[in-house]
Amino acid sequence: MNHGIFEKNSLILLIGILIVVSIGGIVQIAPLFMLSSTIEKVEGMRPYSPLEQAGRDIYIREGCYNCHSQMIRSLRDEVERYGHYSLAAESMYDHPFQWSSKRTGPDLARIGGKYSDAWHTDHMREPKSVVPASIMPAYPHLEKTPLDYSNIQEKLKTLQFIGVPYTDEMIAKAAADVEAQINPDTKAATELVARYPKAQVRNSTGNLPATASSRPNLMPSSPIFRCSVRSSTSRSSTPAVRTCAEEESP
Amino acid sequence: MSGITAEKPALGNALAMGSAVVFAALGLFLALQGVDPVMNLHGVFLALASVLALIYIFTHPSDDSGGYLDGPIRVATLAAVFWGVIGFTAGDFIAWQLAFPALNFDLPWTTFGRLRPLHTSAVIFAFGGNVLLATSFYVVQRTCRARMPGRWGPWFVIWGYQLFIVLAATSYILGATQGKEYAEPEWHVDLWLTIVWVAYLLVFLGTLWKREEPHIYVANWFYLAFIVTVAMLHIVNNLAVPVSFLGVHSYPVFAGVQGAMTQWWYGHNAVGFFLTAGFLGIMYYFVPKRVERPVYSYRLSIVHFWSLIFLYIWAGPHHLHYTALPEWAQTLGMTFSIMLWMPSWGGMINGLMTLSGAWDRLRTDPVVRLLVVSIAFYGMSTFEGPLMSIKAVNSLSHYTDWTIGHVHSGALGWVGMVSFGAIYCLVPWLWKREGLYSIKLVEWHFWLSTIGIVLYITSMWVAGITQGLMWRAYDNLGFLKYSFIETVEAMHWPYIIRAVGGLLFVIGGFVMAYNVWRTVRGDQPVDLKDQPRVAAAPELRHGVAAVPAE
Repeated sequence: MNHGIFEKNSLILLIGILIVVSIGGIVQIAPLFMLSSTIEKVEGMRPYSPLEQAGRDIYIREGCYNCHSQMIRSLRDEVERYGHYSLAAESMYDHPFQWSSKRTGPDLARIGGKYSDAWHTDHMREPKSVVPASIMPAYPHLEKTPLDYSNIQEKLKTLQFIGVPYTDEMIAKAAADVEAQINPDTKAATELVARYPKAQVRNSTGNLPATASSRPNLMPSSPIFRCSVRSSTSRSSTPAVRTCAEEESP
Repeated sequence: MSGITAEKPALGNALAMGSAVVFAALGLFLALQGVDPVMNLHGVFLALASVLALIYIFTHPSDDSGGYLDGPIRVATLAAVFWGVIGFTAGDFIAWQLAFPALNFDLPWTTFGRLRPLHTSAVIFAFGGNVLLATSFYVVQRTCRARMPGRWGPWFVIWGYQLFIVLAATSYILGATQGKEYAEPEWHVDLWLTIVWVAYLLVFLGTLWKREEPHIYVANWFYLAFIVTVAMLHIVNNLAVPVSFLGVHSYPVFAGVQGAMTQWWYGHNAVGFFLTAGFLGIMYYFVPKRVERPVYSYRLSIVHFWSLIFLYIWAGPHHLHYTALPEWAQTLGMTFSIMLWMPSWGGMINGLMTLSGAWDRLRTDPVVRLLVVSIAFYGMSTFEGPLMSIKAVNSLSHYTDWTIGHVHSGALGWVGMVSFGAIYCLVPWLWKREGLYSIKLVEWHFWLSTIGIVLYITSMWVAGITQGLMWRAYDNLGFLKYSFIETVEAMHWPYIIRAVGGLLFVIGGFVMAYNVWRTVRGDQPVDLKDQPRVAAAPELRHGVAAVPAE
């Protein structure tokens, strides 16, 4: 073949390049959207509750994926160390996916339930206090930073737009659900759990809002949440958010 | 000649000023109306940059020269040195953080999680990107014997790209990120880069269209493939929907397994096209030029080019072995990764054999040594890559520091050293100096970098393989032998050795910056008699050329 045709016509060269570099991507990516076997159905998969999604956003903001994976490979030692290997369905609502490619720290796909809230609180404040050889950065600022969930409804709407099956009711109740998830034993919390089955409803700071009954925090929660949000007593459209530091002061 | 260009500047100036006004207005709007502090800050940056551009265009209405347009290349060369030093330093700093975590300072802006993307973006996109901009603009003009089109287009590409770097870097520190490796910038920064990149493609193509050489030189095939493919990867992988058009936060449209596949299709080809194809363009111009020998084999160049760009794009799934990605995709990724070994080594052979008859230059010219050792590192890491893509090997190496070592043998050894070689060629050419300020310092840079790289990759081999073996070790009773934290503790000394190696590489970078600065300033070279005679940069000549290809 005469290669001169590519060397003398920049547009033919350009089109040639485009065709050649497109093939691999088309063959590997397009079928993943079309083959139903790509994501096998898993019972009980649901979108994240608003508070869970807000926590996920913090995980991404802090770049946790630079050291932690959320993808347990189907290898014996990984399954024994971290639990059942990760299924495609488990990250089907993850925008973006956070499988990561480095384990400077351990995998976090099934970290939920492994440690107590108190452990996570101490660990985020100063990792060496619970794991003396840890090389993780400390995140003392997290518990002093109030969660800004003023745009949680827009966030859920955006996710709904790109395919996460949030119902209109879930979106309408987004802000209320953030508050409900740290107000156990309330009507709002019951509704939240109905919308998001098995959601962990707890105030892990130990500083329970006035409306919630006092209850020991034995159940673990996501490592992301140390700082809880407080609902305002008046049900205004812009809920009051206080810092944990404020909450901790008498 | 002058008749054609007389009217165009006025139109070009008007267009450039119009665009600057539009961007300044947009920046001002975002600075005032943006819903989060990062967007406000970025609005200020955009407005400031646009106003400065406006003032410059207004005060420089007429063109300076009719020769090759080298001004933007000078800026990109200096920017490459500047960002290079910053990016290497950031990398070494986070390497020390892993050995001594107190260096995270307990502040949100200085944690490893936020600084690591700063390091990767600074070295890949800021350092590597500016090297590619500078060399591609230099090479395409000389090999086409044509000035880049447009009065302001090339300048917009260079300065627009610097603005992209500043926007991306400030995003990471302040916690605005998409959370996708090597594609961390948020949607608005991605859009800005897209505008700059389209302008880059047009300037490059425009120069090809103006060429007075019948053939497009091989280096330009690689540059063109790099520009076009990176555009495709960038646009597809960064498809996202912002939560608000006035805020920085967005959600990528792809999730889970499709997101992972798209991301590593992008990620691996950021390596394949940004860090390989583009830099092969450098190899195909600067190596023959510096040793004054033709490229070893024209036929091999053709085979190398088409097979490399065809095969690379398939290799992404080797980042996802044993994950929830379907097995057929993993197998395809592994197979093509192994096949990729061949074109990679074909290119290496073409580069190395170009020295046929000029091997003595390796002894006498440290710049040639930088170029040749870079090709050797290219050969080494493109052998290691296919090896690590084999599933059995990957089950051990994945998630460990072996991957980090592999990346750095390619990034420091290949990309870094070929860039240093190109910069040392470019600086005397662009500033019309007899030679570099000091060739002795180039010698120092070479050895500092080489020793630094060797320490880096050997310590990471030890770290990665140790880590991988400890994770899968069982005791006599069939229990996992080591807790995770024991494997972290085992990394302490390898991490220190790596950071020391990185420090040597950083010092080398500073040595280069000093040498470049003294050369640019026009200081009398201290060892001109020891420097190889290198032809000056070709000037633009129209009509039939005495020398067919430059």
